[in-house]
Amino acid sequence: MSVSAQTVAAIPDPLPDRTPRRSSAIRMRALREELAALALAGPATALLLALFILPVVAVFIIALSDWQFGARTLRFVGLANFAEIAGDEGFHASLLNTLLYVLMVVPGTVLSGLGIALAIESGRSLRALYRAIHFLPFMATLAAMAIAWEALLHPTIGPVNQALAGLGLPTANWLRNEATVLPVLAVIGIWQNLGFAMVLFLAGLKSIPQDLYDAAEIDGADGWLDRLRTVTLPMLGPVSLFVVVVVALRAFEVFDTVQILTEGGPGRASEVLLLTLYRESFEFLHAGYGAAVTIVVLAIAVMLTLAQAKLLDRKVHYQ
Amino acid sequence: MAGVGIEAISKSYGGIPVLRGVSLDVRDGEFLTLLGPSGCGKSTLLRIIAGLEIQDGGEIAIGGRPVDGARPKRRDVAMVFQSYALYPHMTVAANMALPLRMRRLSRWQRLPLIGPLLPGARAATARIEEEVRRTAAALEIGHVLERRPGQLSGGQRQRVAVGRAMVRQPAVFLMDEPLSNLDAKLRVTMRAEIKELHRRLGTTFIYVTHDQAEAMTLSDRVAVMLGGELLQVAAPQEIYADPADRRVAEFIGSPRINLIPAKVRDAGAVEIAGERIAVATGLPAGSQVTLGIRPEALFPAMPDERGFHGHVRLVEHLGSDLYVHLDAAGMAEPLIARLRAERAPDLAIGMPLRLTARTGHILLFDADGRRLRSNASAGSSDIPALGPELFAEPVP
Repeated sequence: MSVSAQTVAAIPDPLPDRTPRRSSAIRMRALREELAALALAGPATALLLALFILPVVAVFIIALSDWQFGARTLRFVGLANFAEIAGDEGFHASLLNTLLYVLMVVPGTVLSGLGIALAIESGRSLRALYRAIHFLPFMATLAAMAIAWEALLHPTIGPVNQALAGLGLPTANWLRNEATVLPVLAVIGIWQNLGFAMVLFLAGLKSIPQDLYDAAEIDGADGWLDRLRTVTLPMLGPVSLFVVVVVALRAFEVFDTVQILTEGGPGRASEVLLLTLYRESFEFLHAGYGAAVTIVVLAIAVMLTLAQAKLLDRKVHYQ
Repeated sequence: MAGVGIEAISKSYGGIPVLRGVSLDVRDGEFLTLLGPSGCGKSTLLRIIAGLEIQDGGEIAIGGRPVDGARPKRRDVAMVFQSYALYPHMTVAANMALPLRMRRLSRWQRLPLIGPLLPGARAATARIEEEVRRTAAALEIGHVLERRPGQLSGGQRQRVAVGRAMVRQPAVFLMDEPLSNLDAKLRVTMRAEIKELHRRLGTTFIYVTHDQAEAMTLSDRVAVMLGGELLQVAAPQEIYADPADRRVAEFIGSPRINLIPAKVRDAGAVEIAGERIAVATGLPAGSQVTLGIRPEALFPAMPDERGFHGHVRLVEHLGSDLYVHLDAAGMAEPLIARLRAERAPDLAIGMPLRLTARTGHILLFDADGRRLRSNASAGSSDIPALGPELFAEPVP
């Protein structure tokens, strides 16, 4: 204490009542920082609220009502909409179709994406070209592509049937047949997502250290299958998890190809959840019921993602 | 156990030569270090021995058997990588067992689920597990067998990498800078352990490093490489005391050897910055030579003696020793002397100082950097020590 007292005494003080002034300066500065923080985070927060959080809240509210799209009044009906969903055969068919579609698209996309990525990576020339070719469908406007597919699959003049007939194989009315419509839509889904999976797998392959392949070769794991099992696949674990989750979600949200090519037909053979949602809300104007379907879809999507992440996480190595 | 014969190995990448006809005989059971700065081709040579790269020319023989066409697993070599290259998704036990599983189990026996049910698989797996346990115990990593590499410390990972190499008892161990990723303290410990491992196993070790301390402490012989060429292969003390080439002398030793350009004056002396210095070269007068003086060979001259004189530029205290940098008259670079701390207690920056050395401690190189062994000492391996009369007489 005596030392500091001496020091203070030794230095002539230009501001005798320095202490209160300094603290007010500090307060001003803290206030300025808070204002700056608000100014920086404010616009994003407002947008989030307006575009994301409030609509979700609105959907939850509408789901508990009998609101008709465009109506000026609404009545709260509790969980009646959800009860209706539980008993609705149309919804059941739609849910089943969607799950089948996801079960076809996810393995198909992941396996073919991985296969193409491995093939491109093992080759030496024209890598960029192959990459671009396989990535194009992902970039293209799906509505336009769907029309191209429709032409390809046309029952009489479509090249697919003409080629099959030329080879003496049986043809089919692919999009009007209950047995083929969902698999054909799945093939289109795979074709579209393939490039996305491939690009992610290529990036994953690039990040595998060469040392591991060298070690595997010295350890005797030098056949292609051994190398794949010892190094490549395990090291692609995190990327694969990501690809599976994202492709599953994209497949779960399938809408545009179905709407353009089949409108859910024939019968309900290709009706999927988003189509049901769209029709109920905007064609039949049952906004309350549509909102309830939306919540169910959302819940299923969240559960699927969590389950996949939990299940795969145990088998996946993160560095 | 086997020696390794390396005969005229050459390799280039995209027209740039990396190895220019390297020949070397590694004796059975020897610890040989390939030492050189990065980019000198030492790792490439090791990878060629392992079979991970294919040479453009020359031959490799392991245990007298040519292996040039053989894949790595047929060469009976094991390798420890700088990054350890452990399989991150496997436990330590599985990492160490892999080389044995790949060799002893058939493709079908290695399959998950059905593999262990096939005849013989269970017994072979049990034997492999037993060997892994024994090796792990010897390396003191028995308690981490069920962990993954990501859960281990750097030193433990290093041991697992060594264990994976050791477990199948290869004829030759190849090590590519295995200690570079460890901190300085652990490096010294692991260095001693690798030395001990070599003594215990008695197997041939080929060890690549850019760290001269590792090379000097571990090796039976050191092969110094530079620019894709082998400059000298000899025991560590010989490499240090009797380098065959100026670049070897420069690379080995810390602080670096002092290299002083000089002109031959007559048969028994050279001239540096006008000073006559008693060094017999046997070269015609006027030839350019380089004198190499190790920092520890320099010492302060007595008050009445002559020497390299100048002012102290920097003093670095290292406890027992001092590194003194001297801006010596007529020299482009400062001389560095390593002095015992008690011999120069009150040196300070800017002080005048004279340094001298014994003639016997001077290494002489010709204009091409080759070592000159003085004619005066023909028959003997070194210039005879003449006492501190390096600066024989003033130049008239």
